[in-house]
Amino acid sequence: MTERMSIIVFSGTVDKLIAASILTTGGAAMGMEVEVFLTTWGLEAFRKDSYKTNMKVSSDFEEYAPIMMEQMMAKKVPSWMDNFTNAKEIGDVKIYACSMTMELFGMKLEDLEPIVEDVTGVAVFVERAKEGQITLFI
Amino acid sequence: MPELTDIIIDKEIDARGSFCPGPLMELIRGMKALPVGGVLAVLSSDPGSAKDIPAWIQKARHEYLGTFPEQGYTRFIARKAH
Repeated sequence: MTERMSIIVFSGTVDKLIAASILTTGGAAMGMEVEVFLTTWGLEAFRKDSYKTNMKVSSDFEEYAPIMMEQMMAKKVPSWMDNFTNAKEIGDVKIYACSMTMELFGMKLEDLEPIVEDVTGVAVFVERAKEGQITLFI
Repeated sequence: MPELTDIIIDKEIDARGSFCPGPLMELIRGMKALPVGGVLAVLSSDPGSAKDIPAWIQKARHEYLGTFPEQGYTRFIARKAH
């Protein structure tokens, strides 16, 4: 049986993107298929080059943003984009963009980081996620 | 479990200072590059590695040769089985 982890990435803040990227890496490392569905702010974060300047942290922990970024730089913590890239390198990871968000934000696939595979709809995501064992909303 | 002195290490990767899942990533990459039968050691200072690395070795069906604590870090050793 295929082992599959499905992750809906809704958030576009660095703290949550780190969590999503590490979970993706973990799933890939443990031999699971990982499907990442980017929607709303999660998709916005994958706009070309946007990750290089994204310093946003969840608003409920906003006061920690400067110290978190500083510590990440000092300790050379890999960026969430690095994690997604590494996960793809070691395992079966597919990253899809939500078609509705694309429409809403006036995006095209070429506006996104090349790591994003394709554009898909929620029905396809659900259909594939239901065959899996782990589904996360971040 | 063999003693550290009994193991001939073919390649050692220093992943100290690297964060979860960094050391595991280094191990996976290192294993890919190694010929079957080769012995790989990874040095990690990430406390998550103590559970993560043996779990991966088992899942990937390689041979786990042991975990050897050093001052401030741990050496994980595995033999590539396939």
